[in-house]
Amino acid sequence: MIKTTGLRFGYDDQHSFDFPDIAIDKHGYLLILGESGVGKTTFLHLLAGLLRPQKGKIQIGETDISTLSQRKLDQFRGQHIGIVFQKSRLVKALTVVENLLLIQHLSGVGQDRKGVMEILERLNIGDKASAYGANLSEGQKQRVSIAAALVNKPDLILADEPTSSLDDKNCSAVINLLREQAEQTGASLLVITHDSRLSSQFSNSIRL
Amino acid sequence: MNIYKLGIKNALSNPLSTLLSIVLMLLSIGLISLMFQVTRQLDNKLAGNIRGIDMVMGAKGSPLQLVLSSVLHVDVPTGNINFAKAKKIVRNPLVKQGIPVSYGDNYKGYRILGTEKPFLELYHAEIWEGRVWEKPLEVVVGALAAERLQLEVGSTFSGSHGLMDKSAEHHDHHPFTVVGILKPTNTVADQLIICDLQSVWMVHDHGEEHREQAPIADADREITSMLIKFKNPMGMVSLPRMINDNTNMQAALPNYEIERLTTLLSAGSRAIAFIAGVIMLVSGISIFVNLYKAVRERKYEMALLRTYGASRGQLLLAVVVEGLLIGVVGFLAGIVFSRLGMFVLGSYVEESYRYALGSAGIMKEEVFLFIFTVILTIFATVLAAVPVFYLNVSKILSEDD
Repeated sequence: MIKTTGLRFGYDDQHSFDFPDIAIDKHGYLLILGESGVGKTTFLHLLAGLLRPQKGKIQIGETDISTLSQRKLDQFRGQHIGIVFQKSRLVKALTVVENLLLIQHLSGVGQDRKGVMEILERLNIGDKASAYGANLSEGQKQRVSIAAALVNKPDLILADEPTSSLDDKNCSAVINLLREQAEQTGASLLVITHDSRLSSQFSNSIRL
Repeated sequence: MNIYKLGIKNALSNPLSTLLSIVLMLLSIGLISLMFQVTRQLDNKLAGNIRGIDMVMGAKGSPLQLVLSSVLHVDVPTGNINFAKAKKIVRNPLVKQGIPVSYGDNYKGYRILGTEKPFLELYHAEIWEGRVWEKPLEVVVGALAAERLQLEVGSTFSGSHGLMDKSAEHHDHHPFTVVGILKPTNTVADQLIICDLQSVWMVHDHGEEHREQAPIADADREITSMLIKFKNPMGMVSLPRMINDNTNMQAALPNYEIERLTTLLSAGSRAIAFIAGVIMLVSGISIFVNLYKAVRERKYEMALLRTYGASRGQLLLAVVVEGLLIGVVGFLAGIVFSRLGMFVLGSYVEESYRYALGSAGIMKEEVFLFIFTVILTIFATVLAAVPVFYLNVSKILSEDD
């Protein structure tokens, strides 16, 4: 489902990264471990199309995203890639459910309030649908970010340090949720972290 | 949920700064529109009232005062002139028509004016109810005066001496009878109580009866002024000079005097326009500053929305909607404000001068003002939203805070 070959990215001459080739099947998952500063987030941003590689190819489904125009890339990302960010932030002026509906609207696939509510129920935050981000706990916010990554039924879920701000209990809960949800929607899951607590939970991991 | 709603919700999530920008917009639009309204109303009113009067002949004094008192009926007269001498001037071949007016009394602040029937034609005043006066002490009442004084055909009343309401002396011996009500004309005729010259003389003769034995001879009759229309513009050139130099009367040209008055007033309205312009500029700056601050604060949110597929254009649209909401709401509130202001000002003017200012609908100038407001708002907004175009999504998302 996602396949990279010979990726290289450099902010300037001193800091350039060569990334290992990866490949994840549909329903497959991969854990990428690495210390701070080895380019984990850069790698994820490349895969998400937020940065453009200097060299190499990124194939998601049938599409080579390094050849897409900026606008096409934005649309492609909206429709096919769900991202769980390290820090879970929402649009402050909107409620949880409005945030999720806006994400659906932006991807251009159409809004489905019922589907959004189902996802929130599945993540056990159905009662927070009308709450604003400021009134949620850290764990609840993390669940909303997962919901945000799922609402457009993406083919690929990218998670950037999804557990770094969570305690052990919430940590394994969030990882289980991610895997479960990826399983249910048939998406490939790629988790990038420095959190070694996760290595025991994934049989399939590489180290940067 | 869509981009427009996002813009609106963003504006509402910052209620104080949104409100401040709206209030500034309201003040500037309100002032400008109020000024348009007042200028338009005054111009219309003045033009309607001096139409058909080329020259006013009255006692010596300030020409502006003569025009204000005899044509616009707001000031006190300069004095009286001899009716016979005035009629002699009217017989000049250059004069088409002379209408004498004479007054000195009021009823509850509304002026009682003695004149001749052509006065009604001058203001295209038609009878709405009843008939025109036929004998002394019969009056027709202007539409506004009738409404405010609750006079009907058949009502009787006594005038009091002077032009203001608070006069002590009443002419109780000569009650007037209302025989007709005029249709609204949107001119001074609306706020007058009109009768023949004889009535005015009778009322005043009576007061002087104790002192003078003989009734006043016709040759000594006095009027306040004579409203004159020329046959051709030649009259305008020669007659005023002749009157001013060779008689003890003065001639004033309403057009010229009103233009002088408007020039005096326009200095004031230019000052208001300047202040309103400055407030408008400040309100534009306030929209810019608020949105610029908001855009910077929402940098992370916007980066996030970009990852969800939002284009730069969509993010810009959200900011523009937010700005336009402020601009348009401020504009509408400003228009409401100017109408309220007009209403308050109108009742004040009517209270003190018995002068009614109507209310105009939406004016052409206000449509231009709206277009200008929208352009100003969009300009301020787009300027504030420039950072949207330089949003480095990857960098913002990987920053710690």
